[in-house]
Amino acid sequence: MQVHKYDVVIVGAGGAGMRAAIESGQRARTAVLTKLYPTRSHTGAAQGGMCAALANVEEDNWEWHTFDTIKGGDYLVDQDAAEVMAKEAIDAVLDLEKMGLPFNRTPEGRIDQRRFGGHTRDHGKAPVRRACYAADRTGHMILQTLYQNCVKHNVEFYNEYYVLDLLTVEEDAVREDGTPYKQKRVAGVVSYDLASGELHVFQAKSVVFASGGAGKVFKTTSNAHTLTGDGMGIAFRRGIPLEDMEFFQFHPTGLAGLGILLSEAARGEGAILRNSEGERFMERYAPTIKDLAPRDIVARSMANEVREGRGCGPNKDYVLLDLTHLEPAHIDAKLPDITEFARTYLGVEPYTEPVPVFPTAHYAMGGIPTNITTEVLQDNDTVVPGLYAAGEVACVSVHGSNRLGTNSLLDINVFGKRAGIAAAEYAKTADFVELPEDPEAYTIELLNIARNGNGDEKVAVIRKELQDTMDANMQVFRTADTLNQVLRDIASFEERYKRISVQDKGKRFNLDLLEAVELGFLLELAKVMTVAALHREESRGGHFREDFPERDDDKFMKHSMAYKDEHAPADGTGSAEAIAGIRLGTKPVVFTRYEPMVRKY
Amino acid sequence: MSAELAEPASKIELPAHVGGGGEIPTFDVTMRVRRYNPEVSAEATWDDFRVTMYGTDRVLDALHKIKWEIDGSVSFRRSCAHGVCGSDAMRINGRNRLACKTLLKDLDTSKPITVEPIKGLPVEKDLIVDMEPFFQSFREVMPFLINRGHEPTKERLQSAEDRERFDDTTKCILCAACTSSCPVFWTDGQYFGPAAIVNAHRFIFDSRDDAGDMRLEILNDKEGVWRCRTTFNCSEACPRGIQVTQAIAEVKQAILSRKI
Repeated sequence: MQVHKYDVVIVGAGGAGMRAAIESGQRARTAVLTKLYPTRSHTGAAQGGMCAALANVEEDNWEWHTFDTIKGGDYLVDQDAAEVMAKEAIDAVLDLEKMGLPFNRTPEGRIDQRRFGGHTRDHGKAPVRRACYAADRTGHMILQTLYQNCVKHNVEFYNEYYVLDLLTVEEDAVREDGTPYKQKRVAGVVSYDLASGELHVFQAKSVVFASGGAGKVFKTTSNAHTLTGDGMGIAFRRGIPLEDMEFFQFHPTGLAGLGILLSEAARGEGAILRNSEGERFMERYAPTIKDLAPRDIVARSMANEVREGRGCGPNKDYVLLDLTHLEPAHIDAKLPDITEFARTYLGVEPYTEPVPVFPTAHYAMGGIPTNITTEVLQDNDTVVPGLYAAGEVACVSVHGSNRLGTNSLLDINVFGKRAGIAAAEYAKTADFVELPEDPEAYTIELLNIARNGNGDEKVAVIRKELQDTMDANMQVFRTADTLNQVLRDIASFEERYKRISVQDKGKRFNLDLLEAVELGFLLELAKVMTVAALHREESRGGHFREDFPERDDDKFMKHSMAYKDEHAPADGTGSAEAIAGIRLGTKPVVFTRYEPMVRKY
Repeated sequence: MSAELAEPASKIELPAHVGGGGEIPTFDVTMRVRRYNPEVSAEATWDDFRVTMYGTDRVLDALHKIKWEIDGSVSFRRSCAHGVCGSDAMRINGRNRLACKTLLKDLDTSKPITVEPIKGLPVEKDLIVDMEPFFQSFREVMPFLINRGHEPTKERLQSAEDRERFDDTTKCILCAACTSSCPVFWTDGQYFGPAAIVNAHRFIFDSRDDAGDMRLEILNDKEGVWRCRTTFNCSEACPRGIQVTQAIAEVKQAILSRKI
């Protein structure tokens, strides 16, 4: 085992991690740990754009953007955080431009902007051109530009170092009102070097989690194979709560059967959805902005069309994204990559044929709770000194119960930057926290369970069954029955997980072992998501309960907070054995100036 | 700026066959995978795996099927699985491609499909190579915007035409398919290789950048653009369709004319 010492350690090298590194690296001794290479991160798969009220092509302002974000999130957004994001969006885009990002340009040479779902003029009157973009590879350009600037600033990367544990200590402390509590402090992280199979402990004054999402709990997903929720899982296992995990976004336009993303930019550029009758069905569901309604509404409308028998294809299980009325030259200029996906993977020519699409699991609105400075919370009010989180792994919460398109690229830039600055500033005055005894003991045990197991269960089989039940029961439509089914399934998967064996027993690039560890995180997170979904007996944003189809502000206008607690008893709801071990609390939503209204588009 | 579009029809007649569909055919295929694990043996070997696959499956799906159902020790990198992250460049039937972008049905499945690591970089295990020398060359061309002027309060202006000039080379995903298909790179590991030149091109021809001269000087080195023998392997290998050879030619031209 080797021990390294840095002021700041950043876990993850996607957009949020590298944006943080650019700030932190210039202020403090910083290391970035990633289980991939930085340019492989899934920020690079984002396509459509990054919204900011630059008003380059039409009237706009950041207050409208704030409102759209809050309404888009069905009022579960913390309004102070949404204001920060919409206000700082403008500088975030300009920062990227100055770093070299090749945005598409207007005839005047300014950054061009286009329409995107849920982004409107004057509080919902009509779609507005707010998304700054680089063709349909905006995320690719952001990832490349941030990596280029990390190279420029000599940021120190540890590539293919898989972080498996967060080292914290607990101190006795007393609140202002006199009640005693345990204050967590961060000491560092433990990582596993994939190339050598060696463990490396990183002692750090500040740790920034920027490790992305957990889309691989689902079968049909736009997410990379590597998005297994490691950061959320690590934090959760170390007693950090997870906020709003029941809210998962299903992107409307995944390639049918594959889940590969076709950007909302297609609809922003004029494409529309049609059912088997050739009908533009979004006119019925969102009469004002139609196909540019937020993703939760469009995804649910699509699933409903299929459910009511108006799906297309031999199994009537998808709808169509129609670009055939757009000029081929326009498609080539604005949407080259996604039309290429349709040709490569489905053999469909988007110039002349509509493209089969169906919702695909896309984005976790929930995650590690933070305040607007990106400091991680160990409960509703208590910050963990030195611990930060930004991007999809975090829940700040700017997305509430449904994220608007483009707001994730914005989130990683605004809060990634804030995290980098805050972590470095904290490290300037803080001391190192002494490492716990045997800091690597927990990780060794975790790896040994997977490596030395000789049972008859296979990781890939359990993972597939988990993904199948999540797709069938935790997707766009949910009921208590379907959610309880998931919990019963997970309880059996957890038992079976104890009997897994991996075939690769070596140390060098043991990706078989890695997948076993990742499955542990997936199981843990799927359970948290489902337990939170079961307890939220209302429908809001991305969470739709058929047995509770209305939003219920009296009972549920609050964030959920899930804690890992081995002593938490089963509470009598649903499948007892599965719910035991998770304690659910709530956290108030922050309101500034927007009263909840009925959400219509 | 986007053109204003006419509102599309609320309802249209769809042709009966629309959107593809139908039964997806299955077939059996032999995957012949290059195996190397220095923990086990210093010798590399070929392993054959017979798998049943679907008509929509990619080479990556076959590799996953092998890893998940037959031999968990088969090792390869992958992440996004749809051709944008650049993790899974490999040599498939002797050509560099991304495993996630190569459909099995487009290959001759009557014969074994060979899968090997990309060439010219040290093999670590099975299909995994050491990418460090590749990224080292990338870093050496100063792949970042350098602008010596005053920072404007808003964005720097750039015409659509100036933006278009380097559009093709912004598509690079650093997968190394081009560089590791280059015969010069195989024999001379010091050569910068096509990917580094592509990324230099991306900045040399960016109207906002002021360091084109410095990059041209770097690429005028004996291990620079002049090693290129214009075999076009790189352009053929690029999974993003970048005209790599043309980009290299433009850089050569700029060095000769000292004009960007």
